[in-house]
Amino acid sequence: MDVVVIGGGPAGLSAAIRAQELGLKVVVVEEGRLGGILPQCIHTGFGLLTYGEDLTGPELAHRLINSYQGEVLRGHAAGLEYSYHRKRVRVITEGGTVTLEAPTVIYAAGARERHAHEIGIVGDRVAGIYTAGEAQALMDLYGVLPGREVVIVGSGDVGLIMARRLSLEGAKVKAVVEMLPYPGGLARNLMILRDFNIPLLLNHRVVEVRGRGRVERVKVVSGSKEEWIKCDTLLVSAGLVPRVKLLRRAGAIIDERTSGPLVNDRLETSLPGIFAAGNSLVINDLVDYAMEQGRIAAEGAEEFIREGGIPSQDWVKVIPGDNVRSVVPQLISPGREVIAYVRPSKPLNDATLTLPNGRVRLGVIKPSEMLRVRVKAEEGGVAHVEIQG
Amino acid sequence: MSPTSKFRVNCIVCPMSCYVEVELDGEIRVTGYRCPRGKEWAVQEALSPKRVVVTVLKVKGGDLPVVSVKTDPVPRDKVREVIRELSKVELVPPLRVGQVVAEVDGVKVYVTREVRGGQQTF
Repeated sequence: MDVVVIGGGPAGLSAAIRAQELGLKVVVVEEGRLGGILPQCIHTGFGLLTYGEDLTGPELAHRLINSYQGEVLRGHAAGLEYSYHRKRVRVITEGGTVTLEAPTVIYAAGARERHAHEIGIVGDRVAGIYTAGEAQALMDLYGVLPGREVVIVGSGDVGLIMARRLSLEGAKVKAVVEMLPYPGGLARNLMILRDFNIPLLLNHRVVEVRGRGRVERVKVVSGSKEEWIKCDTLLVSAGLVPRVKLLRRAGAIIDERTSGPLVNDRLETSLPGIFAAGNSLVINDLVDYAMEQGRIAAEGAEEFIREGGIPSQDWVKVIPGDNVRSVVPQLISPGREVIAYVRPSKPLNDATLTLPNGRVRLGVIKPSEMLRVRVKAEEGGVAHVEIQG
Repeated sequence: MSPTSKFRVNCIVCPMSCYVEVELDGEIRVTGYRCPRGKEWAVQEALSPKRVVVTVLKVKGGDLPVVSVKTDPVPRDKVREVIRELSKVELVPPLRVGQVVAEVDGVKVYVTREVRGGQQTF
């Protein structure tokens, strides 16, 4: 075995397909469905950058699953042991624990959703509180409508997409409540609010849930104003957090800005031979970027095996400057043009991005739309990345 | 004659997200766009917006109780009607990705997830 891919979602499958193309022997570890979260994302907008086609999530999953002919181990990756030449992945399967050994690992375990208790919502512990992704699985995998009168917390993409699904299937979305002064989703998803006449409450927070057995009302506050909205369901769309438990336990350095591992331009973590891709590396808005990260990680794994390691060098440290929340990778090779993902920290009109290799005019930017750029830095020193408004 | 109506929209053709205004008063005037695709999209959006409808249809004897489908683009004000018609449909596996499983007013409906009969698909 050359590479163990942890996670069979879009990033993991893309990594596995690319690794096979490069002649590596691959096993993918997946505990649920191959395709990850894609089968429940029944809307369009997937694969535009990769295939130039507008696919739905299940269609993209189908395409990826068909392109990967290698081995899949069904089970839960419960342990990751690091040594330079040999990694061990302990997998709990139906038939017992299996330990896989390989010189490289690609970690693509995805992300988890933030829940109500993490965003300061208190009150009764009742039925009817779901994350947006849980509601999506209920509706679009199992055909169950999670409620009739719904308040959605957070104006991120999944929340907006669920606002449309719920409205179409007969529920009433009473409001989308956003803490920030600007909406969180992609422009194409914000059109949903207009299409279905759904009120967007900016600068508002849901702080309390009341009900007996089931949600009956939620308290919404803005400054000193407060109001109760009657509803039977609260959907929480408050962002994703990279799943990095195994990486952290194995000793990988975690970047506070992304909550994912610190990586170099091969997407190799601080543990040589362990690579990361997809939402466990950095939260992506576009599946195309997660898939690209999978391919970059696979190329890194091939290089690691061929060269006996990624050549050590004077890494150039990437420093996020003004209006930049995070940059991945955090370390880049001098003199090599690499792909970087830049998350702006606030919306700006007519923005310009400054990189070590020049300036890029961006136009309108928003934190909800991660920028993908090519960066090249010279030897010595650091690479500043900043955005001027 | 209807009064001048102004339609404002954030373009979604590319990440530039231009703020485009379409004025409809007999003739069509468009401002704010930066490319021909954006202009075309904004005019279409102002005159007769279309949407691809995605939903799930009931499946009897599949791996899961429903299967995801998508339609050809339909006029926005017909979306609810399409959904209502599709709620009456029940399918039986096997179902292939791309298979046309219904037609509503000439609008084709395609399966987007593979369902084999009586067994786990993924």
